[in-house]
Amino acid sequence: MTDAERLAVDMRGIVKQFPGVLANNHVDFSVRTGEIHALVGENGAGKSTLMNVLYGLIHPDAGEILIHGKPTHLTGPRDAIALGIGMVHQHFMLIPVFSVGENIMLGREPVDGMRLYNRARARKLINDLTKKYGLALDPDTRMADLPVGLQQRAEIVKVLYRGAEILILDEPTGVLTPQETKELFVVLRDLVKGGKTIIFISHKLKEVLEISDRITVMRRGKVVGHLTTRETSEEEIATMMVGREVLLRVDKKPARPGAVVMRVENVTASSDRGVPALKGVSFELRQGEILGIAGVEGNGQSELMEVLAGTRKTTGGHVLLGDRDITTYDARTERDAGVAFIPEDRRGTGLVLSFSIAENSILGRERSSRFSWNQLLLKLVAIREWARRLVKEFDVRTPSIDVAARNLSGGNQQKVIVAREMGSKPKVLLAAQPTRGVDIGAIEFIHRRIVQERDEGTAVLLVSAELDEVRSLSDRIAVMYEGRIVSIESPDTPEERLGLLMTGGGKAREGAA
Amino acid sequence: MSGVGDIVHLLFTANLWQATLAAAVLLLLPALGGVISERSGVVNIAMEGMMLTGAFFAVVADLAWHNPWLATLVAIVAGGLMATIHAVVSIQFRADQIVSGIAINIFAAGLTVFLVNRIYGLQDVGHVGPNELLPYVDIPALDQIPFFGQVVFDQNIVVYIALILLVATHIVLFRTRLGLRIRAVGEHPQAADTAGLNVYVIRYSAVITSGLLSGLSGAFLAIGISNTFVPNMTDGRGYIALAAMIFGKWTPFGAFIACLIFGLGQAIYDNNSIIHVSPYLLSMLPYLLTLIVLAGLVGRATPPAADGLPYVPGSE
Repeated sequence: MTDAERLAVDMRGIVKQFPGVLANNHVDFSVRTGEIHALVGENGAGKSTLMNVLYGLIHPDAGEILIHGKPTHLTGPRDAIALGIGMVHQHFMLIPVFSVGENIMLGREPVDGMRLYNRARARKLINDLTKKYGLALDPDTRMADLPVGLQQRAEIVKVLYRGAEILILDEPTGVLTPQETKELFVVLRDLVKGGKTIIFISHKLKEVLEISDRITVMRRGKVVGHLTTRETSEEEIATMMVGREVLLRVDKKPARPGAVVMRVENVTASSDRGVPALKGVSFELRQGEILGIAGVEGNGQSELMEVLAGTRKTTGGHVLLGDRDITTYDARTERDAGVAFIPEDRRGTGLVLSFSIAENSILGRERSSRFSWNQLLLKLVAIREWARRLVKEFDVRTPSIDVAARNLSGGNQQKVIVAREMGSKPKVLLAAQPTRGVDIGAIEFIHRRIVQERDEGTAVLLVSAELDEVRSLSDRIAVMYEGRIVSIESPDTPEERLGLLMTGGGKAREGAA
Repeated sequence: MSGVGDIVHLLFTANLWQATLAAAVLLLLPALGGVISERSGVVNIAMEGMMLTGAFFAVVADLAWHNPWLATLVAIVAGGLMATIHAVVSIQFRADQIVSGIAINIFAAGLTVFLVNRIYGLQDVGHVGPNELLPYVDIPALDQIPFFGQVVFDQNIVVYIALILLVATHIVLFRTRLGLRIRAVGEHPQAADTAGLNVYVIRYSAVITSGLLSGLSGAFLAIGISNTFVPNMTDGRGYIALAAMIFGKWTPFGAFIACLIFGLGQAIYDNNSIIHVSPYLLSMLPYLLTLIVLAGLVGRATPPAADGLPYVPGSE
């Protein structure tokens, strides 16, 4: 075999220009047959664009693609599928109201003589496939009823059913628990043993080091490095990704917790769908500590934060701030009482995207005498001065404070919110997914500010889907499972134990309700 | 009280139920079209306009060629062409589908009146001869079944066609590969695209099919039930069909049941001469029922997840 034939994927000089941004700038990317190749880079580095080009979803402006040494022209996913390329997207391409079987078969459905969909044959095809790869799945379950880990498994089976030899996995571990991630890695290694080639997109460097053979690093639309996994380190990859040295670990002194600021007693609440989401949550939050909430998404963390921020009604229990019962407070009165909130959905609830940075910087505080006369006329000069200060202090990268929030990068949008909330000098800071989808540089900065806030005596409640983030920031960790806090752990608790607690296993240690 | 008594009495006559089924079918055809279109993810409120266009061209063609079958074909094609406009605007150009639908309805109302004046001057459009109408067909033997025979088997040919289409639509949507694909496109077009389906082709076909069905309904109205074209003769039936589709939770049989309820309202109104209730009050009935349905008083229904959302390839 020549070198060219050994390459499963060989992309040369790929260029893709989007309005205002050169997403791929002459990118060369190659993957050898039978390897796990990691593609890493920050948000907006161009990874997804490159993979969408490979999958035929996006047409490049220039460049060529060779699959198994043959030049190809992809007009759409159909062509990619025909060439044996399969993609497991970050946001699953699954239809919740369809069965597992229907989802897997879609586009290649078996039919009987009458051209009717042949369910029995579909079931057999899936069973054969799942047996071959050791991926147990029930074809008749409704997709919406499966846990995320199994949904991802269905995605993988779907791709295999289409005869994929080259599998692209876009941020596959983002939604998984540590245990599920382990299981996924076992599956991936089996697939490679069976001759498949895998492209693994991730920004979790630990996982990249664990699973991949080789690594390609992208930054701002360009490939900045090709690495062999055995010969590199987390620090080296991070430096390449960001373009400067970054601090991966949070640097913080031990906490000096003070008096109890917030007391949550047996709180219950319903989700948007009207089913109980919080089933009796109790904990105490002290001055000068960070209490992290670990849990698989959807176990009540979002609802808890909303209850505490005053945007969701409780159905029972009490929330006390100092001696004051704030259970029934709404968002405005919560804010006035000294509770600040960094919401998880920054574009939907955190910002008004069409407003300028200056306008966003006083959202929720526009009635204060500092920013308005008699809650009627805005003090524009004071507001602009305030916004300029925040932008400077929180290192928001923007040409001016009049830029609409929409036009900022994710990291800078998040910084505007963090600046606004911390700028109100709160007693309690609620931080929900404070670094979701922002780049490493911004993560580093936001982490430092949260710790700084703690050191100044604020009580911080942190919710994050990233277990690493919870472990590195928190002084205590509360594990949430199915609407309850099942255990309160110390931050040096092994990841395995936390993972077990997060999925309903393990025994509680202390003070769990 | 005598009015209520009259209605109760009326409910036991086969005539009423015969008329109910005919009125229901008039709504069923566009409602089935709506189900197909919206299952593929394209909101279609333009059934009214497609139906009206179909009705107009059915009469024009019938008067010209004296052939109701040819006229019906012309009506179907006319409905399909109106739907094609909706498809191009809302699928290709990703315009707001409600706005596009309203535009088509207004356009159809204007176009037909304009063409009436252009073709027939200020006079009447004229009447289609009795032998040039879509025929009524008694099914031999079956029409002898007491009560039921008259209701179901003594009907216009379009009624039988519609009932066959009802069953066919159900089978296609829920038992075939094509139906699975249509529903996939309406639930999650990205998933369908990445599975190798052509989202645009499926949506175009679905929207155009809804136009064909509405056109057929228009022909039934103009040269089946009636024998001429009157401006705005659809009288909001396309909207009632829309309500029936929602009432029926985007399923063919659900929509059919809703159409029967609306049809009953219409039939009671049509029989107002023999009951002592204000005809104006009765004429409100179908619309009142529509309002009640649209206000969600009969249980909330979940539309297809991507209903009304244009598809942009590569988006998430």
